[in-house]
Amino acid sequence: MTIELLKGNVALAEAAIRAGVEAYFGYPITPQTELLEHMAKRMPELGRAFVQAESEVAAINMVYGAACTGVRTMTSSSSPGISLMQEGLSYIAGSEVPAVIVDIMRGGPGLGNIQPSQSDYFQVTRSAGHGDYHPIVLAPASVQEAIDLMTEAFDLADKYRHVVYVVADGLLGQMMEPAELPPMQPLRKERAGWALTGSEGREKRIITSLQLNAPDLEAVNLRLQFKLAEIRKREQRSTEMLTENVRLVVVGYGTAGRIAETAVKRAREDGMKVGLFRPITLWPFPERRLSALADQVDAFLVVEMNAGQMLDDVRLAAGGQVPVSFVGRMGGVVPVPEEIYDKIEEIYVKLPVRVR
Amino acid sequence: MVEEKVVYQRPDALCDVPTHYCPGCTHGVAHRLVAEVIDELGVRGRTIGVSPVGCAVFAYQYFDMDGAEAAHGRAPAMATGIKRVMPDHVVFTYQGDGDLAAIGIAEIIHAATRGENITTIFINNAIYGMTGGQMAPTTLPGQRTTSSPSGRDVELTGYPIRMAELLAGMPGAAYVARQSLHSVKEINRAKRAIATAFKAQLAGLGFSMVELLSSCPTNWKLTPPEALAWVEQVMVPYYPLGEYKVTDEVRALTRKQG
Repeated sequence: MTIELLKGNVALAEAAIRAGVEAYFGYPITPQTELLEHMAKRMPELGRAFVQAESEVAAINMVYGAACTGVRTMTSSSSPGISLMQEGLSYIAGSEVPAVIVDIMRGGPGLGNIQPSQSDYFQVTRSAGHGDYHPIVLAPASVQEAIDLMTEAFDLADKYRHVVYVVADGLLGQMMEPAELPPMQPLRKERAGWALTGSEGREKRIITSLQLNAPDLEAVNLRLQFKLAEIRKREQRSTEMLTENVRLVVVGYGTAGRIAETAVKRAREDGMKVGLFRPITLWPFPERRLSALADQVDAFLVVEMNAGQMLDDVRLAAGGQVPVSFVGRMGGVVPVPEEIYDKIEEIYVKLPVRVR
Repeated sequence: MVEEKVVYQRPDALCDVPTHYCPGCTHGVAHRLVAEVIDELGVRGRTIGVSPVGCAVFAYQYFDMDGAEAAHGRAPAMATGIKRVMPDHVVFTYQGDGDLAAIGIAEIIHAATRGENITTIFINNAIYGMTGGQMAPTTLPGQRTTSSPSGRDVELTGYPIRMAELLAGMPGAAYVARQSLHSVKEINRAKRAIATAFKAQLAGLGFSMVELLSSCPTNWKLTPPEALAWVEQVMVPYYPLGEYKVTDEVRALTRKQG
């Protein structure tokens, strides 16, 4: 394998292809369109399905259909398009079929703009559409990590028969970095035991999210909640830098986490005991590790490219043990390391004198 | 000795279960016709049906074959996803008029324009059945429904949409017909149209749709015989029956296979 200079969106597309995606359905929207364009060229070359749908609504329902047959399938979009997909995502989750969605987030609300943002944290982690559930959400911070998580997204989707998001902002989607793609995985020949493949030689199979009888639907929900509890137990992922013997931990994911890393390094150079915690799964939120850190530090600072959405999860993980501050920019404005540094310094000088 | 011969029985492609359809509703007839055609073509084991949201929401319970339940109006998109990864399978949607002609009109038009190689069975009964009789895009001028209590006022709500004519205009459509279920003669014609639609799909000729004028005695507040008469006397004049699109390839197919 060789290291190449790859654009985030193209890397995500090619990583999905190498992970064995058999069908892609999408609709153009900035800043993710290169992903769709790469699929438009590559998928037919490989004899796999590519359809440019008439809308994001149609695209996600095409994904739903293909997912019912047990193949690896995906779509990609950006914030307003993800809003339109909520209906289909809810059906996919309710029917328990695997699907992968890439969201290259941009500034909102409304049409907003096409600049990088993390405005979809609530939208992707709280649910996707109506009903009681959370999708799995993976948040890379580099092109290489995007490639690695794309492969993992399909494995997780298959393992749990669930919706898996890979979320990045427009900056990660558009920028080029050196990265290495994995080798091409062979396509699976076998289909899962639940998949719609035609009833020849067996009982018919039905895939539906409809349960008219309330106790039956409660049973479906209980099964879903049991699955989510398992995911919460097993799949929390995060990375951290310099978090031993520190007083302040900065928490940021994706691009914001990367910018925060620069600010944290400068603060260390200036003698401040500061570390960085970067969630990789936004759902399940890496609460176990962050709660453990809350026992060891004096404060958390959350950095996001939104008004403070992950902030809620950090507060929950902190459990009132340490104060949680926030610094963020909105509307497609990308924070610079200096403003995060200034906030670190502002909090740091006010930290109480340690008694323990 | 009298020789016994079975002349009428449940098609293999229909399950032996009670139906939830109202007395006098023609959904059951439409289901049976689709099942007979699938049996006659011998494709039940490789057919996947996509059910709508509407009265036919449980269609998958009645057809003895693999099935999926779509979101309201999205059956053609879902069927597209299935067909694109299972091109050797037979994929059909079964949709009502609210599902296909209102909320799902974008999906059906684009499935037709793409020439998606699927078959759509479209039940037009001029009303929203499952939600209790509201105005549909196919509700006739002056027709009373719970959301047009004084009768459909075309000045305010526009005109009923003729889907067969609309979809016939799409280059990707191979076969589009409108038939009715109000009499034995029409039911036989409807079956021939459904058979042609599925044969077109099997030959890979593109999108096919059969619109079926259907009765809804419950929400029309008519007896079953009155409802069938209403289909014939009120619906057929606005929704003329016949084949609206038959490509040369489809015509050759029906001529060859009879």
